[in-house]
Amino acid sequence: MAMGSKSTSEEVIGVIGAGSFGTAIANILAENNAKVVLYIRDPEKTKKIARERVSSGQKLHENIEVTNNLEEVPQQCEVIFPMVPSANFRDMIIKLAPHLRPYHVLIHGTKGFDLYVPKKQKINSNNPLTREHVKTISEVIKEETSVLRVGCLAGPNLARELDQRKPAATVVASHFDEVVKIGQRLLKNDRFMIYGSRDLIGIELCGVLKNIIAVGAGTIAGMDLGENAKSLFISRGLVEMVYIGKALGGNAQAFLGLAGVGDLIATCTSNLSRNFTVGFRLAKGESLENIIESMDEVAEGVKTINIVKQLADSYKVRCPITETLHRIIHNKMTIQGAHGYLMSFPFRAEIDFIDTPTED
Amino acid sequence: MRRKKVRYSEIIPNKSEWPIVKLSKYRKEFIDEVTRETYDHLVNSKNGSLREEIEMTIHREKLRMKANPWRVDPPDEKVYWKNIQARLLDINPDEKDKAEALEKELLIEIINRYTQEIAGNFKKSAYRFAQSFITFGFARLLNAARVKGLLSLFSRQLDLDDKVHVIGETEHIRTLAKKGTVVMVPTHFSNLDSILIGWAIQYLGLPPFIYGAGLNLFNIKILAYFMNSLGAYKVDRRKKNPIYLETLKTYSRNAIKKGCHSLFFPGGTRSRSGEIETNLRMGLLGTAIEAQRELYLNANENEEVRKVFIVPVVINYHFTLEAPSLIRDYLKRTGRERYYVEADEFSTSYKLGTFMFKFFTKGSDISVNIGRGTDILGNYVDSDGNSFDKNGNPINVKDYFLRDKKITFDAQREKEYVRVLSKRIVEEYHKYNRVFASHLVAFTAFKMLERQNPKLDLYHVLRLPDEDLILDYEEFKENYKKLRGRLEKIHKKGEVDMADHMKERATDSIEHGLQNVGLYHDQRPLIKKGDKIIVQDTNTLYYYHNRMNGYGLEKYI
Repeated sequence: MAMGSKSTSEEVIGVIGAGSFGTAIANILAENNAKVVLYIRDPEKTKKIARERVSSGQKLHENIEVTNNLEEVPQQCEVIFPMVPSANFRDMIIKLAPHLRPYHVLIHGTKGFDLYVPKKQKINSNNPLTREHVKTISEVIKEETSVLRVGCLAGPNLARELDQRKPAATVVASHFDEVVKIGQRLLKNDRFMIYGSRDLIGIELCGVLKNIIAVGAGTIAGMDLGENAKSLFISRGLVEMVYIGKALGGNAQAFLGLAGVGDLIATCTSNLSRNFTVGFRLAKGESLENIIESMDEVAEGVKTINIVKQLADSYKVRCPITETLHRIIHNKMTIQGAHGYLMSFPFRAEIDFIDTPTED
Repeated sequence: MRRKKVRYSEIIPNKSEWPIVKLSKYRKEFIDEVTRETYDHLVNSKNGSLREEIEMTIHREKLRMKANPWRVDPPDEKVYWKNIQARLLDINPDEKDKAEALEKELLIEIINRYTQEIAGNFKKSAYRFAQSFITFGFARLLNAARVKGLLSLFSRQLDLDDKVHVIGETEHIRTLAKKGTVVMVPTHFSNLDSILIGWAIQYLGLPPFIYGAGLNLFNIKILAYFMNSLGAYKVDRRKKNPIYLETLKTYSRNAIKKGCHSLFFPGGTRSRSGEIETNLRMGLLGTAIEAQRELYLNANENEEVRKVFIVPVVINYHFTLEAPSLIRDYLKRTGRERYYVEADEFSTSYKLGTFMFKFFTKGSDISVNIGRGTDILGNYVDSDGNSFDKNGNPINVKDYFLRDKKITFDAQREKEYVRVLSKRIVEEYHKYNRVFASHLVAFTAFKMLERQNPKLDLYHVLRLPDEDLILDYEEFKENYKKLRGRLEKIHKKGEVDMADHMKERATDSIEHGLQNVGLYHDQRPLIKKGDKIIVQDTNTLYYYHNRMNGYGLEKYI
């Protein structure tokens, strides 16, 4: 038997969504596995990609087969990586659900919340937005399907760098050790490391909340306030993420790891990040509508700011950064004004979410 | 208004076909099988050396015998463990192969002893007797007290089912018990629960369930008799060593595999706080999942596999006999593991007898609410036993154990599955919780006390002086109505059940509640005097109030 051959099994792996991250993950999977099925929603785009073998600016690995038939993915694959924006996630999973079975394993890479308010309900001060309306993606999967073996991917994984075959690492989080192991087996290669975690919700929250801070960091870069200011902002941002995360059911530890601080640094310092770019261009004076219109892919941060602002009101969590960004994107504050406001904000102790040992 | 009486026929009229009868017929074979499987499992999964495992077990058993001896303990216990210890010391660890063989022999002996201890002693004849004793005996008592004096001992007017209302998905559980193996998981508030459930099971025409009863209950002779005849096996909560726990789990798993309907109280012990239990014991629940997996694993490709069904049951009382001592326990925060305290209301046959007499002869009804059956992951099943997910898509339970198209065993996965199941059971408990007026008056009164003293913490509220324990009736009524309105909304959504008397006029419903809340305690928690409501015992009031936790009602007062 050939030693070291990675593709011994005939396992077919599914990827749903050919955005930049979806494509990058499909390529990494294709290196280790004989066959990857990549689902693309738009039929025209599917044909084009099948013809040109290029998706989101990345060349497709030869083991990848593209399809426009969603059913085909769960029929062929036990392990599926859904990689679609949060706004489309629920619709996609509802279509997928009748074809999913409890033997399927889903590892998603979506970094946003699902927002669902029933038509009869109105969100107001009597009926504030709560966790009942806002779900993490793994929660949506469990709500809509019979799949229990769910995991997520999070970490500093800028798609362009993955495509350029630069070294990186990611976290696969799941309540199930077997899902973590599957993720590691399928994705790991000599330039891509995979950490495991059982804190699924915590890791999901890291990926979602960091986008808020990334937008803010972009504005600081856009105003050219320098590295000191940006570092100040990032570290305060991390504290805010922890507070919000705790209120939403996560715990502090996840935020200090690769998916928390790690991803935060990557997205807040790189102009490869979409969320960072939104902030940057806002600071340069462009309107939000213009920016969103001109981008190929969704910047989750804007939607997340709107959701988290309301959640923080409902749960009475202090989150000056999110609130300020909320005012900016709703034209209630200028970026210059916001900067002044935050510089004079009376923050409390620097860090107070970690128990300091008492002296005896 | 009298309810129409329902009579359920026995689903398996031929008693020799009852799984439990078969189990007791082949008792010896079953014990050997449990011993063997426990042994295999322990040897395959052990971390340390066998010797250490046995040494630790001996050590713990010696501690237990010294610290906590019970009447039911076998008289030869001390000698037995001394002998085991001596033989272990005799083994020369240097002769490796020989030592291992001898150690394994000791292990098998210990497991076998434990299995013998655990195994039930079900006897058809005794079951018959206990069954008719409960039905007939209590019915006599009931008539004597309720109708017209002693002469009516032989009246046929009232039966136990006038007293205990078995409601909910009663036909469903009967069908499921024919299609597969039922694991019934009731809430646990009182030691009376096991007898009550035992009665409800035979009332529904189901064959007896096997049931892990706390060994402490076997200290009381009357109870021990009923327990044995109702299919109980013994669970000794003092023994926490891995060998014992593994034996216990194997016993339960194999009985389920053999098609024995089983009963677990997943809360472990009685709820101390009076709250519906939310932290369920994972160990025994896990055996239902393991049994289902092994059934699939041992079956041939297209063979139909017997399904394991989980049926949650919620028992509601106006009154829990043990409430004062349970809540005291809880408040002391020593809670949870105080099984060795035997000085509660159930400690002697005499106390129990007088209680039973009171209980079955005076007012105060009980409801046993049978929930809808689910599979081992909490998906609802239809009357054919087929599972469906929340969106109505059919599910094949086998798929939960598949990886790469093969059934695989993954301990961590199944641990997670138990968590999923236990969460679902707790959800169902809240749904099938049948609210009595007595619960809601207690909740209303206690919340009013808290509102009137916003600066005090729980412990201070519980210690309020008498003059602060008086509530205005009109205000009480207003609050009661508000909370009831909210409950009705939740009820409409199907997230809670309500007793019929809750639907009466507010004054009547309050009256009913006040008359029944904590009826037989020395000190009634709540009484009405003129236009005042007076709290007489904050501890038991708090206990009954806790029953309404988990519905977010506190926001509406």
